[in-house]
Order: sequence, then C-alpha cells, then structure tokens
Amino acid sequence: MIPLPHYLTVSAILFTTGAIGVLMRRNALIMLMSLELMLNAVNLSFVAYARLHQDMGGHVFVFLSITVAAVEAAVGLAILLTIFRTRATVDVDNLHLLQR
Amino acid sequence: MDATALLESTGALLPHLTVLVTGLVILTLDLFLTPQSRYLNEVVGLIGLLVAFLFTLSTAGAPRQVFMAMAVVDYLGAFFNATFLLIAALTILLSASYVRREGVSAGEYYALVLFATTGFMFVAAAADLIMVFLAIETLSIATYILAGLLREDPHSQEAAFKYFMLGALSSAFFLYGIATIYGALGNTNLVNVAQALGQGDFSPLLLMGMALLIVGLGFKAAVVPFHMWAPDVYEGAPTAVTAFMTAGPKAAAFAAFLRVFFQGFTTPDMVQHWAPIFAFLAALTMILGNFVAMAQQSLKRMLAYSSIAHAGYAFVALVAHNTLGASSILYYLVAYTLMSLGSFTVLMVVARREGPLYAFDDYAGLGTTHPLLAAMMALFMFALAGFPPTAGFAGKFYVFSAAVQAGYYWLALIGLLTSVVSVVYYTRVVMLMYMREPNGAQPIPRLAPTTMAVLGITAIGILYMGIFPGGVMRLAEHSVAFLFQAKM
Amino acid sequence: METFLFWIFAIVGVGGGIMVVFHRNPMSSAIYLVVTMLCLAGFYALLAGPFVAVIQVLVYAGAVMVLILFVIMMLNLREETLQREGGMATWILAGLIGLVLVVAVLPPFPRTPAGTPPPEFGTIEAVGNKLFTMYMLPFELTSVLLLIGIIGAVILAKRRML
Repeated sequence: MIPLPHYLTVSAILFTTGAIGVLMRRNALIMLMSLELMLNAVNLSFVAYARLHQDMGGHVFVFLSITVAAVEAAVGLAILLTIFRTRATVDVDNLHLLQR
Repeated sequence: MDATALLESTGALLPHLTVLVTGLVILTLDLFLTPQSRYLNEVVGLIGLLVAFLFTLSTAGAPRQVFMAMAVVDYLGAFFNATFLLIAALTILLSASYVRREGVSAGEYYALVLFATTGFMFVAAAADLIMVFLAIETLSIATYILAGLLREDPHSQEAAFKYFMLGALSSAFFLYGIATIYGALGNTNLVNVAQALGQGDFSPLLLMGMALLIVGLGFKAAVVPFHMWAPDVYEGAPTAVTAFMTAGPKAAAFAAFLRVFFQGFTTPDMVQHWAPIFAFLAALTMILGNFVAMAQQSLKRMLAYSSIAHAGYAFVALVAHNTLGASSILYYLVAYTLMSLGSFTVLMVVARREGPLYAFDDYAGLGTTHPLLAAMMALFMFALAGFPPTAGFAGKFYVFSAAVQAGYYWLALIGLLTSVVSVVYYTRVVMLMYMREPNGAQPIPRLAPTTMAVLGITAIGILYMGIFPGGVMRLAEHSVAFLFQAKM
Repeated sequence: METFLFWIFAIVGVGGGIMVVFHRNPMSSAIYLVVTMLCLAGFYALLAGPFVAVIQVLVYAGAVMVLILFVIMMLNLREETLQREGGMATWILAGLIGLVLVVAVLPPFPRTPAGTPPPEFGTIEAVGNKLFTMYMLPFELTSVLLLIGIIGAVILAKRRML
C-alpha cells in the first residue's frame, strides 16, 4: 500500500513546477497551462486527503475545482485572444505599456 | 435538506439572490433596448440594489447558518452587504456616462458589475472555506472581464491579462491552503475549524495552510509583497472599472480575512501566529505604498499606490484582534470606499483623450475653471490624507487606536509617519488645482447628473462620517460583537 | 500492483509536468499536460475516486485541454527561446517554496493509509449525494460562475461589436 505522504509529495512537486512555469515563462499560453498544472496538483491533494478522512467532501471540492479551472481557462484564453489580435504575439514581454 | 429548510435558507439569502436576479434581468433587458432607452439598464440596476438593501435589513439578525452550514447570515454580513450594495450603486451611477462615452456594451457591463457584487456578498456570507473560494472566484472572474472590456485598447488588454494571471495564481495558492486545512482537520467549515482548534487540534499542516491562505488573500487585497499587479492593472483598466476594483474586491478581500481569521483561526494560539505576520505585512504595505506614490507621474497610478497604502492601514486594524480592531476595519472600509469612488470619478471626468494618460497637468488651474469639481477633488484628497473632519481622519484614528490597544505601538507609529508622508502627494494635487494657471487644454464636458450624484453622495458621506463618526461605528461594533462574545 | 502503478504514474506525471514548463513549443507543452492529467486520473483511481478520475479525463483532459489546443493551433505559434532575465533569484525562491511544501506534508501522517473505505466511497452516487445536499449552495454559485465565464468569453473574443 502506498502511504499517503507520497501522493502529497507528488502534489507539492507538481504545484511548485506549475508555479515556476507561471512566473518564469514568457509565452502566455504556457503560463496558462502551468496554472492548470497547479490547480491539478491541488486536486490531487484534495483526493488524497479525502481518502485519509474517508470523507466525500474532498471529491466534491475536486468537482467544483475542475469547473472553476475550466471557467478560468476559457476567460484567460479570451483575454489572450484580445491581446493577440492587436499584437500578433503572445509573448508577455510585449506587455510593457504599463511598466513605469 | 427538506423543503422548509430550503425555503428558510433561500429567504435568508434573498439580498444575494436579488442582486443576482437583477443582473440577469439587465442582461436580458438589454437585448430589447434602443439607444434612447438604454437608461433603463441603470434604472433597473438601481431598483434591484434598493430591493436587495431592503432585504438586507430584513434578514439581518442573530448569527445563523443556512444551506447546510455553507452560508451564515448575521449582522456582520448585513453590514458588508450594505457596503457592497452602496459600492455597486455608486458604480452604476458613475459608469452611466462612461459607458456611453466609451461605447462599451452596457448590458453586459452592468450585469458583470452586479454578478461581481453577488460574489462580494457571498464572501461576506461564507461559513465554509469552499464558499469563500467560490465567491472570490466569482467576483474575480467578473472583474478580470471588466478590466479587459475596452477590447481594442492595449492598456485594457494588458491590465486584464496581468490581473487574470496573478489573480488565478493567487487562487491556486488559496485553494492549496484550503486543501491543507481540509487535510489537517477533515473539515472546512469555519466554525468547526475554530472548535477543532479550541480543542487543541494542532499540526504543522495548519500553519502551512494558514500561510497559503494568507498568500492567496493577500494578493486580492493587494498588500505588499503581493501587490505587484495592482498599479499596472488599476492604471490600464477603464477608469470606471478601476473605481469599482479599488472599492469592491478590496472590501471583499477584507471580508474574507475577517471571516477566515476572526471566525476561523480565532483561538489565541493561532492568533499569536498570524497577528505578527499581519503586522509585518501592514507595515511593509504602508511604507511602500506611500513612498512609491510620491514618485508617480500619472494621477491614476498615484491613486493606485495610494489604494495599496490604504489597504495597509486597514490591515493594521486586522492585527488588533479585538472589538475595536474589527469594527474599525468596517468603518475604514466604508470611508475608504467613498473616498476612492469619489476621487476616481473626478479622474474619469477630467481625463483627456490625447496626451499622456491622466497626467497631473490636466488638473492645473482647475480651481478657476471648475470650482465645484476642484473643491470636491480637494475634499477627496484631504480625506485620503487623513485630515479632520473627514472620514479619512476618523478611520485612521480608529485603526491606529485599535493597534495601540492591542499593544502594537510601533505599527501605529509607522502608520502615523506614513500618513504624514502621504500628505505630500495628496496636497500636490490640491496645490496644482488652486495655485497654477489653467493651461488652456481641452475643456471638460458638462457633468451628467448621475456623475454629479456620485460626487455629491461621496462628498456628503465623507463629511458626515467624519463629523459624526459615532453612527457608523456603533453599527460596526454591533456587527462584530458576536465575534468576541465567547471570549470573556 | 498498486505500488507499481503508483510509481509509473508518479514518474510519468511529474516528468510530464516538468516538460510542460520547460518545453519550447506550446503544442508539445499541451500534449505533455494531457499526459500529466491522465496520470493524475490514474492517481484518483488508486485513491478510490472513480468518479473524479472519469471527470478528470472527460472534462479536464478532454474539454479544457482541447480548448487550449484549439487556441494554440488557431494562433499558429512558433517556438520561442527559453531565456528569461533575472533568473537566479526566482529559481532559488521557487526551489525553497517547493522544498517547504514537500517537507511540510511529510511529518504528520502515519505511514500506513487509513483503512479500506466502504465500496460506495467515491462512486457517482456518493458524490451526487453530497453535492446536492450538503454542497448545494457552492454548486449553485458555481453555475453563476459558469454564466460569468460564458459572458466573458463571448464579449471579449467576438469579432465585431454587437
């Protein structure tokens, strides 16, 4: 049997990897995908903890979390499209109008 | 849950439902409106908000949990609801002319504002961490869209993207915090969390979860060091939306802090963990917000940093885990809302199309050309700086008193010093308006009655709360009394 | 058997996750993300969550990733270079955060898992039961969230102002 902390460790590794992706990459689409990776990592934690406490609440949280992530992906892509239409690139280094 | 419980729960949440339904009505109504009858959008919105306010008054009462312990209805929620409804109403009024000027699709705009307000209200009514999360997501996503609503404007696009990216990042941290708390306690209901902590249930996981929650909520409230997104986003978003963003989501973030930390992590051994962290963050925020504001060349960006600094002042009240602390936060949020909405309305009116965005020069000589407008702006600037007899002064007084009462003398001192620093950049605007010659720039169009109403309401509100602070403070104290009853 | 599956999913999943973040081509990153999501679905199945495993595959890997892939193909992006200025500090910070997260989850749990759950644990009936009784309000609020998302996607991404 796999002890619980193993699952939690995988979750933490994936979460950190995703965070690195969001902060370090320049391509907006890859930033978005790294964000999805982070949310997936949290879902894994939820399911693992649900198994520990034998409580279905964790599974419900995952269900809701997946929905929220889907909405965020849709809105994020829509915002990305507005940027792409003007600049023909999704490189975030081009988003410098507001830097001072 | 059987039928009677369902009806009762729905009845308790009528204010929230009303705002939601109003948003839906506007969305549908807008399909049938002609350009002449567009004003019906605002009318329906305001009527809906009024009805919601009446429901708020009727449902306020002793704390009770509804919907299977997912939401809670009490005086604290009622106070916050009233504040959020006020924010929404003022936003609708000030957006009326802005929406027409910029050609934004009005129905969706107001619907999104109202849906975001629904999100605010659910944050204040949340009894469970998952509800806090979902309510924050609701208001956040609505606001991301609002920030990007000027689709052709590169500034708006950029603001929306940055807000989205960092907002979603903070949501992921917050969610991880919830998962950790769930793992440590097996429960996410805030009252149950407090009970479990009271029985001595403790593990390092709780600290990690708490830290993640602070990170997530800190982003939303734009406290340092999670503030990076705020100046860019506030500057780039459409000004009416910025006014909404500095008031609504910020107040909602503080509502979340109150619910999570004053109702959830409220046992003394937990408080001793998070209160110093809050104090440190508050100090950083006040210092950085005020000092960087001085260096700004654009009024909009200066107000953005001032907004960050004010979040710092409000945070000081959170550090003081007592009645004065909690009630002063409520007072401060109302005062800050009025000041912020008022000043951004003036910004919106005076903005020029060509030339540098929101440059200070636009205000040169405003005292001569538009005396009433200049007087309003002067009032807002003085209020933000904390001069008596404005609400800004009373708010800071209460907040710093709360810190002193809790023993955080150094924090109150930093607050006072940074407030003095802030006087520099606020009075700069006032001096520009009254002591420089008008530079003959493009004249300001006549103010719409709705805009004048906003300016009037906020100005009167600031003066009233400043001269008679007792009324609002008593309401605030009544709302937070239950948080500290069990302690004594 | 379970041990073997766990390690397969773990290695492939974490490897996929790393490749998502460090690959140059967005299309490849998307595929790696799908791989990671499928591994996570495998984890959910191992953790007695058959319903969420299926939902993960259907909604996340199936719908969300397809949407992202559509957009990638629509924007017809090329590869980018991986350089990023100001690297060192962020790497160290990220490494520290990761270390803290990994270490923090280790101590408090017993090395043996909790007892086997009842057979109805994790099934669609169990989830539905909780979702429509205890978690009804979050469920309804999520539907509002979906509406907001639809509005946003339409008004931001449509071609011409209506």
